[in-house]
Amino acid sequence: MTTYADYATGAPVTDTKAPAGPVRERWDKRRFEAKLVNPANRRKHTIIVVGTGLAGGSAGATLAEQGYHVVQFCYQDSPRRAHSIAAQGGINAAKNYRNDGDSIHRLFYDTVKGGDFRARESNVHRLAQISVEIIDQCVAQGVPFAREYGGLLDTRSFGGVQVSRTFYARGQTGQQLLLGAYQALSRQIAAGNVEMHPRTEMLDLIVVDGRARGIVARDLVTGRIDTYFADAVVLASGGYGNVFYLSTNAMNSNATAVWRAHRRGAYFANPCFTQIHPTCIPRTGDHQSKLTLMSESLRNDGRIWVPKAQGDTRPPNEIPEDERDYYLERIYPSFGNLVPRDIASRAAKNVCDEGRGVGPGGQGVYLDFADAIRRMGRKAVEDKYGNLFDMYQRITDEDPYEVPMRIYPAVHYTMGGLWVDYDLQTTIPGLFAIGEANFSDHGANRLGASALMQGLADGYFVLPATINDYLARNPHQEPVTEGHPVVQEVLAETEDRINLLLAVDGDRTPDSFHRELGELMWEFCGMARSDTGLRKALERIPQIREEFWRRIKVPGTGEEFNQSLEKANRIVDYLELAELMCLDALHRSESCGGHFREESQTPDGEAARKDEEFSYAAAWEFTGTGEAPVLHKEDLVFEYVHPTQRSYA
Amino acid sequence: MKLTLRVWRQKNADAEGAMSTYEVDDISPDMSFLEMLDVLNEQLILTGEEPVAFDHDCREGICGACSLVINGDAHGPERTTTCQLHMRSFRDGDTIDIEPWRASAFPVIKDLVVDRSAFDRIIQAGGYITAPTGSAPEAHATPVPKADADFAFEHAECIGCGACVAACPNGAAMLFTSAKVNHLNVLPQGAPERETRVLDMVAQMDAEGFGGCTLTGECATACPKGIPLVSITSMNKEWLRATRKAGKR
Amino acid sequence: MARTMWDSSVGKKTVMAVSGVIMLLYLVAHMIGNLKIYFGAGEFNHYAHWLRTVGEPFMHYEWTLWLIRIVLVVAVVAHATSAYQLSRRDIKARPSKYVHKKPRAGYATRTMRWGGVILGLFIVWHLLDLTTGTVHSGGFQEGHPYQNVVDTFSTWYGNVIYIVAMLALGLHIRHGFWSAAQTLGVGSRTRDRALKTLANVLALLLTAGFIAVPVGVMTGVVS
Repeated sequence: MTTYADYATGAPVTDTKAPAGPVRERWDKRRFEAKLVNPANRRKHTIIVVGTGLAGGSAGATLAEQGYHVVQFCYQDSPRRAHSIAAQGGINAAKNYRNDGDSIHRLFYDTVKGGDFRARESNVHRLAQISVEIIDQCVAQGVPFAREYGGLLDTRSFGGVQVSRTFYARGQTGQQLLLGAYQALSRQIAAGNVEMHPRTEMLDLIVVDGRARGIVARDLVTGRIDTYFADAVVLASGGYGNVFYLSTNAMNSNATAVWRAHRRGAYFANPCFTQIHPTCIPRTGDHQSKLTLMSESLRNDGRIWVPKAQGDTRPPNEIPEDERDYYLERIYPSFGNLVPRDIASRAAKNVCDEGRGVGPGGQGVYLDFADAIRRMGRKAVEDKYGNLFDMYQRITDEDPYEVPMRIYPAVHYTMGGLWVDYDLQTTIPGLFAIGEANFSDHGANRLGASALMQGLADGYFVLPATINDYLARNPHQEPVTEGHPVVQEVLAETEDRINLLLAVDGDRTPDSFHRELGELMWEFCGMARSDTGLRKALERIPQIREEFWRRIKVPGTGEEFNQSLEKANRIVDYLELAELMCLDALHRSESCGGHFREESQTPDGEAARKDEEFSYAAAWEFTGTGEAPVLHKEDLVFEYVHPTQRSYA
Repeated sequence: MKLTLRVWRQKNADAEGAMSTYEVDDISPDMSFLEMLDVLNEQLILTGEEPVAFDHDCREGICGACSLVINGDAHGPERTTTCQLHMRSFRDGDTIDIEPWRASAFPVIKDLVVDRSAFDRIIQAGGYITAPTGSAPEAHATPVPKADADFAFEHAECIGCGACVAACPNGAAMLFTSAKVNHLNVLPQGAPERETRVLDMVAQMDAEGFGGCTLTGECATACPKGIPLVSITSMNKEWLRATRKAGKR
Repeated sequence: MARTMWDSSVGKKTVMAVSGVIMLLYLVAHMIGNLKIYFGAGEFNHYAHWLRTVGEPFMHYEWTLWLIRIVLVVAVVAHATSAYQLSRRDIKARPSKYVHKKPRAGYATRTMRWGGVILGLFIVWHLLDLTTGTVHSGGFQEGHPYQNVVDTFSTWYGNVIYIVAMLALGLHIRHGFWSAAQTLGVGSRTRDRALKTLANVLALLLTAGFIAVPVGVMTGVVS
């Protein structure tokens, strides 16, 4: 009998859309080669957009501005609440306003290198090019970026780069950018160009004759399950970090849309590439429902340290300078506290594993502002980080002006996602994935302040250009109706699943399963992964799944507002996705970016990439629940940024 | 900690609601208020009762989803969102009353969940700057004085939670509306639509059935983001200016 | 523009603010005039007569007074009508109360509506008492306001009604003046303290000034 781990390798998958030629001309070339839809005909095309975060909100608004009929969904009560709103730090753009040597090429280079050479050059270069336009667009919308006294935009340096290219709005950049997109979307809703369905969750994808033609969605207020049809479907449903139960994602962020699409034929790429953010507030106990991130901009002025001695329980202020280990500054003298996220996270884990962690359970390190306060004065620190300090104090009841903050890594972002080509189209024609939902631009590790950039690049600029080509080449698709046998089948499957969840009437709550899965994933598929650990997880996940369907308890009915049902239904998908993540992590026996395999490290404990073997994106094809998927490799070619072992020393 | 909770339970929009009493035990002071409710809900599911429905999402005080009136205060006794309220603000043995936002423009959907789509429609009426994608000039083409940028930011901080409406004895949405009007109207980019924006948004606010402002100041006291009461004054000024200009046309 | 004003909740508040300010200005003048009672019947009655001849010869006898009366009636009606309509809207906007009740806002703020009603009733009584003499205690004498005032404040109920109403007036002005400033958009972060102080001073001065008259009668200083 073949187990889940005995996957087969299928034909390679290739991106056929990125034009050849010099990388800096590819985007222009692609836009020119793409067919256009006559403006008068756009009205006749319906596009479904799932999600209203930075990617979805900006895409919905822009497609509607172009004249398409957009039908948009979000599970939140308003399109203004998607979790992009929680991004704190900033957004990168190669504006070079500082005249500090930045350029599109440098942003491109930094992003490819930061992603540990597991991203597609064409995509990353395009991202760097578009970054410049994003800032213009957002300023025009009234996004209140931080400014200097002369009235010009302020920038700061952020997470592992040596230029100051990050634009920000105090510690709430994501909120301000999202509200900009939301407002643009609101304008289109008022104009009747976008039909908005809040509190409505996509539960499945409708694929007719090999093309994505609609979705099945549940009205979360009435419980009604409906079908919606379109000429193309865009998934902007975010990442899947909530597989880990505890993450910095919103409580209701989920993987259902992407996983259902995967089950319907869309390849899932690099699922094991998850980013563990180094600066989160440590957990306080078992009741913890989520983790809160502290912007890594804090690392610009804060110094990270642990006691030199194991088990040192003295209060931090009583530990003398020479008994402190500023380990990032020690190990990485040129980047110091600003090393990329994956490196900072792993270093924190290492010192805690050595027994030098601080706070409850020894799961924390200090982030100390004493020097910064001495150097800049309390007022300057307050101006720069005031709201973050307040947030920290509110959660921990400790004053970071007096006592160093305690931080610990937490799951934050998923670089993996649905495989897409240069046009952001998945392997299902007519199905596009944008923002965190796709895998495209960050490789094995995302740089700070790049998520906002990618979400908006995809939504405002890339997708609205490339989707035209698809629609222009498929101008007259047969209308699909509710009566179509495929639609009936998908609808029935969805209803069956809901009914089954309600029928089990077991003795365990949805959260208890979610927590169990999350702990398993954190232990075996978290910051450090090993062959034995991953195999253990792969053995355990089907058992949890089996137990889930035997013991789950969901009170209430399906025909009403039922948050337990929503939760349980999302866990069904996590229980399958987790398995694929572990398999992907197992098969990639190299360390790269956020994926650290204990078997693959340099003598001094750094991640060791294996380019000869693994210089590809792993796109997985679904074959059945619990059945071995098929691996399709997309070879990555580096013509401009030549792979070197990352060095931040 | 051991607590007695009195929670508003209402099956759906049409049903009658009432307060129900529950006991929770082993509550840690480090828990957030919503984590305390998670404990209650886990308990309820296992005893076969329906858990208490409440809106929540980011749990870090920025998405604006959570919305509980706790002991008569929108978002409870501290100036923050419900999700960032911690149980250390309460004492062992306390009885805590938990109710939904109350306003006719925010009808209850279930238990503690209300429909706040009226806010979205106020934004749709004019809470934006018309700048279709691709049409933007170079970002540095128009400098914005730092004072104006800061003023805009302070108002743009609004998370649209609705605490202002919940706290207002008149169920007014003036603070919410004024925050967006002030954010956009102070910026040079927002100037061309300055008059229509404030007139249309105020008209929509009225049409949604929100009450009027009697300047009790409850909204600003409840606002987790500290949008000041004077924000309403600034909007009134904008509104009068716009009305005068519209009259001249 | 008038339409936009009246149709909007913000506009109606503006109507309230403007009419309130008009009445406030009138009250300041009224109070100063009242204090003349301390200078004897001659000066007080002369002042009352002057009110009827002011503006002559351009204006006819009592024209100015009637003009002021018309403006005041319009102000009172506009103020009361918008207050009534806004209150209805407010009550409709918040139909169900919280189970957990908490004391809210300042006393002055909370008593605006009832205080307004009290003041409205007071104005009716005040006019019937000292302008038309319809409900005047003792013999009302046209053209002898000094004696009329003394008569009114020689009864216990005259004093009670008047003093209660003036206290209500003080509270009403305390919140109303500051509130009007916000409605008219003249408030600001830096000006807030000054506006609040001014509101308090106005409220205090007016209340004290008006109450000085019955106090004068009661203590026998005015007789």
